[in-house]
Amino acid sequence: MAKSIDVSDLNIYYGDFLAVSGVNMTVKARQVTAFIGPSGCGKSTVLRTLNRMHEVIPGARVEGKVVVDGQSLYDPSVDPVAVRRQIGMVFQRPNPFPTMSIYDNVLAGNKLNARKMKKSEADDIVERSLKGANLWNEVKDRLSKPGMGLSGGQQQRLCIARAIAVRPQVLLMDEPCSALDPISTSAIEDLIHELKSEYTIVIVTHNMQQAARVSDDTGFFNLKATGEPGQLVEFNPTKKMFTNPDNEATEAYISGRFG
Amino acid sequence: MTDTLHEPFHTDPSTDLSTHVPLTKPQLPSIATTLAAAVSWGLAGLPALLLSWPIAGWVVVGWILFVLALPTWSGLIEGGRKAVDRLVTILVWSTFALAMLPLVAVIYTVVERGAGALSVEFFTASQQGVLGEGGGIYHAIMGTLIITVIASVISIPIGIMAAVYLVEYGKNNRLSRTLTFLVDVMTGIPSIVAGLFALALFTLLLGPLPRIAIGGSIALSVLMIPIVVRSTEEMLKLVPEELREGALALGVPKWRTITKVVLPTALGGIVTGATLAVARVAGETAPLLLIAGTLRGTNFNPFDGAMQTLPVLIFGEATRGGLAEYVPFQIERAWGAALVLIMIVMLLNLLARVVGSLFSPKTGR
Repeated sequence: MAKSIDVSDLNIYYGDFLAVSGVNMTVKARQVTAFIGPSGCGKSTVLRTLNRMHEVIPGARVEGKVVVDGQSLYDPSVDPVAVRRQIGMVFQRPNPFPTMSIYDNVLAGNKLNARKMKKSEADDIVERSLKGANLWNEVKDRLSKPGMGLSGGQQQRLCIARAIAVRPQVLLMDEPCSALDPISTSAIEDLIHELKSEYTIVIVTHNMQQAARVSDDTGFFNLKATGEPGQLVEFNPTKKMFTNPDNEATEAYISGRFG
Repeated sequence: MTDTLHEPFHTDPSTDLSTHVPLTKPQLPSIATTLAAAVSWGLAGLPALLLSWPIAGWVVVGWILFVLALPTWSGLIEGGRKAVDRLVTILVWSTFALAMLPLVAVIYTVVERGAGALSVEFFTASQQGVLGEGGGIYHAIMGTLIITVIASVISIPIGIMAAVYLVEYGKNNRLSRTLTFLVDVMTGIPSIVAGLFALALFTLLLGPLPRIAIGGSIALSVLMIPIVVRSTEEMLKLVPEELREGALALGVPKWRTITKVVLPTALGGIVTGATLAVARVAGETAPLLLIAGTLRGTNFNPFDGAMQTLPVLIFGEATRGGLAEYVPFQIERAWGAALVLIMIVMLLNLLARVVGSLFSPKTGR
């Protein structure tokens, strides 16, 4: 059920400010695609346009095409709510709902949409999702406790469980490990490897080792110049990117001579 | 190989006096504050006794001596920074005591004078047919409850929904900026103007000099709505944007995000704000005097005729005059009603705290 994403001539604006210009790429189904690049070059902005979360910010708008499974996401007839149900997202900072228990947090996508389901079905979803997010063993005895009581790494995995509980076709991750310790990071990287078989995953990361470890394709973003919009400099298979990149700027960034 | 770069760090501190910084300083004994206070007020007591000053004079002179004595003593022994610290500490504590003075005085006076009036009859009887001794304020308690509850039912939903518009949908556009400005203006409306508004409204509907309790509720709503909007707005702004985005990214529509995630997260603060707004208007007198009027008997129907309320009863009993032999009972009744009103408001405040902590998000492990 995983889908590929075709992005063509994408320009992204905040009000009149052109943040990212001219992005063209194809995110392949059942693969991990990583976005790397210096801070402020528009990686997260591009990621947020892939499930129409960009327009949540006042004044934000998009030109160009994002096509998922033959449907253009920015067609006027497309319902952004329906898009977000298909394309889940995990944020940089863990954001479990503070009023809900661990159990309810996992079911949030279903419960908040008032989907009726049997207790057994709900239990199944919770167990499957928490196992999928590698958290089940740690929390199975305290599912009714508040989600905010977990540690930062556990909260982030809870958010991943919440995102995969609605069985999206694509999972977007915006620096999911930036606030986590190495053990939680490695747990989440293992998780990304497992999830790859079912989901298309796009991950933004500042950690180039992480990009090299988890991804199949990598996109390198950079500013054209200071004050100019961000752009996609190079998009290639990760192996090629980290051994023999096409672009000199990419090589400079990866080898640490830049940024 | 010797590393010249790190030389200074290898210097033995005991041989190099220039790097030795003493960490101890002379200090006043821990009873210094008590001692200085005792001496100051003791010294002030001498002329106070001799010249038979009033107590206030003794307190003020003693305080001046204390403010001069302790920082000076501290400055001589402990140095400038500690002296300033002691001076500011005294000033802060003094202003705190000053701020508490009227509050404590009011509560003390009301309890002292009003407690004697409290009895079973006081809570269960009205003043129907009672002129001097006896009777109670049952009719006014009921009137205050009915009018305040109706005012809350009108203003809390309107206030919360207006705040939701301002924070979640308005997003600083021109309409929301105008609304925010108007709400700010409304917060400062004198309560008598709210009463006049209700009076004018019901004069249009019912003819001259209407007496109707629902009019009082409407006047109180005019005062309550801006308070509820303001407090709810602040609470909604405190809800992190990440929670909204987290819900939206799960494919939850915006209205469900607001009702199921944003409002529950802010519920504790919203409830506290609403309860405080209720407590604030429960003691309003002027608008109720204008539109709800006064009544000696009990009236449960807010849509027909005058209805007595606690503040209006206090005003009436304290100013009525009449036969000299009745006046002491009227004054006592006014104090008793004031005590009951304060208790109701305090209970509401307490309730607000309990509810606020009950609904606030938990982090239990």
